[in-house]
Amino acid sequence: MAKKIGILAIHGDVAEHAAILRKLKLDSVEVRTKKDFKNLDGLILPGGESTTISKLAERFGLIAEIKKFAKSRKPILGTCAGLILLAKIGLLDAKVERNAYGRQLDSFEADLKIPIISKGPISVAFIRAPKILSTGKVVEVLAKFEKVPVLIRQKNILAASFHPEILGTTSIHKFIFLNAK
Amino acid sequence: MRKKTATPRLKEGLAEMLKGGVIMDVVNPQQAIIAEKAGAVAVMALERVPSDIRKDGGVARMSDPKMIRGIQKAVTIPVMAKVRIGHFVEAQILEALEIDYIDESEVLTPADEEFHVDKSKFRVPFVCGATNLGEASRRIAEGAAMIRTKGEAGTGNVVEAVRHIRTINAEIAQLQKMSPAAAKKYAKAIRTPLTLVQKIRKLGRLPVVNFAAGGVATPADAALLMQLGCDGVFVGSGIFKSKNPEKMARAIVEATMNFRDAKIIARVSEGLGEAMRGLEIATLETKLAKRGW
Repeated sequence: MAKKIGILAIHGDVAEHAAILRKLKLDSVEVRTKKDFKNLDGLILPGGESTTISKLAERFGLIAEIKKFAKSRKPILGTCAGLILLAKIGLLDAKVERNAYGRQLDSFEADLKIPIISKGPISVAFIRAPKILSTGKVVEVLAKFEKVPVLIRQKNILAASFHPEILGTTSIHKFIFLNAK
Repeated sequence: MRKKTATPRLKEGLAEMLKGGVIMDVVNPQQAIIAEKAGAVAVMALERVPSDIRKDGGVARMSDPKMIRGIQKAVTIPVMAKVRIGHFVEAQILEALEIDYIDESEVLTPADEEFHVDKSKFRVPFVCGATNLGEASRRIAEGAAMIRTKGEAGTGNVVEAVRHIRTINAEIAQLQKMSPAAAKKYAKAIRTPLTLVQKIRKLGRLPVVNFAAGGVATPADAALLMQLGCDGVFVGSGIFKSKNPEKMARAIVEATMNFRDAKIIARVSEGLGEAMRGLEIATLETKLAKRGW
């Protein structure tokens, strides 16, 4: 049976993540309530507006569920707003600043070299992206762009300040959910 | 290392980040803060909400840059603003203000009755209104990275927004049933590049994010449009013309997130106080949706 990956569906680019999972033959489920956390093999915290996502996750009691899920040691991927949320609720030992790369005019596409994940460069999008200002000792920096960490890992949690899903890149999802290159 | 800005995917991508969310019209920094606190994913900065534009009459133009800057300073969520149809200099001004999204909007008085703005020339992404598939396609071909229904702004009456999303859905379904030759003829008829029509035919939806707008006044209105297939909701006058804007804003956000869950929509709809006073479409002197083509 294909692994079932939940995508936090408060709002944001849920469908884009689901499309990447489909390419990898993984099932996806939209997660909006506590019940939706049942029987998941992994969890994605997608891009969106982090203020909106964290407020609504709090109002609907989902923060505690995300924390519980993290303890199960199953893989979690956070992109952009997802990274901010993970740091905010204490699951990532990192200091992250919202919109630190600037407004929409400063959004950019880039090719990253991440040898542990892919031989060739990976095309990703930074959209009103947050910046990782510093990381704690337990955090591994897997990739940097212009000397700033952009992809970090803390045990079962992988978080990026960019969007791999927007340009159709599958390798990040493959790495975290299939443990494959 | 390669680094590219203002690509079509980045423009469409920002709209994708807003999906499932509510974008609210605000006229000052205080309202912008209320919207952000309620959970809006973006705000539309404008001097008067559509219902006041309707009431006041006269020519409605782009807002004062000072007022837009004030709102940009007040919140961290994306800030959008409107330009008149075809008024590319107003668009240049908004780009200079580093606005996050430009709405080329029928709510303002059109500046050009022949040409819409050539949106592909701009680095800032554009959203445009549409009443049917032809209009939506022409706007996308001009470079719009996001579409919204026109609805009938400032009325608090959802009927036109429903008509527009239903029309677009039905026309896409029809297109999918067409032979390739018929699709080619259709592309010509709606004055749209064939490649774009073929793309829509293959996807079974618009290739960009499509929000609802124009006449949304209650949490149920927002959920209705979401269930009809819209990707998110713009609310104009519906929030700050209601009795209790904070509560209404929050309720519309929560209903949009949980648009298929009637129990949650029921709960958030409780005791909201009066919604904005609505208008019957047949009694309107000016139909804004008729502007643009």
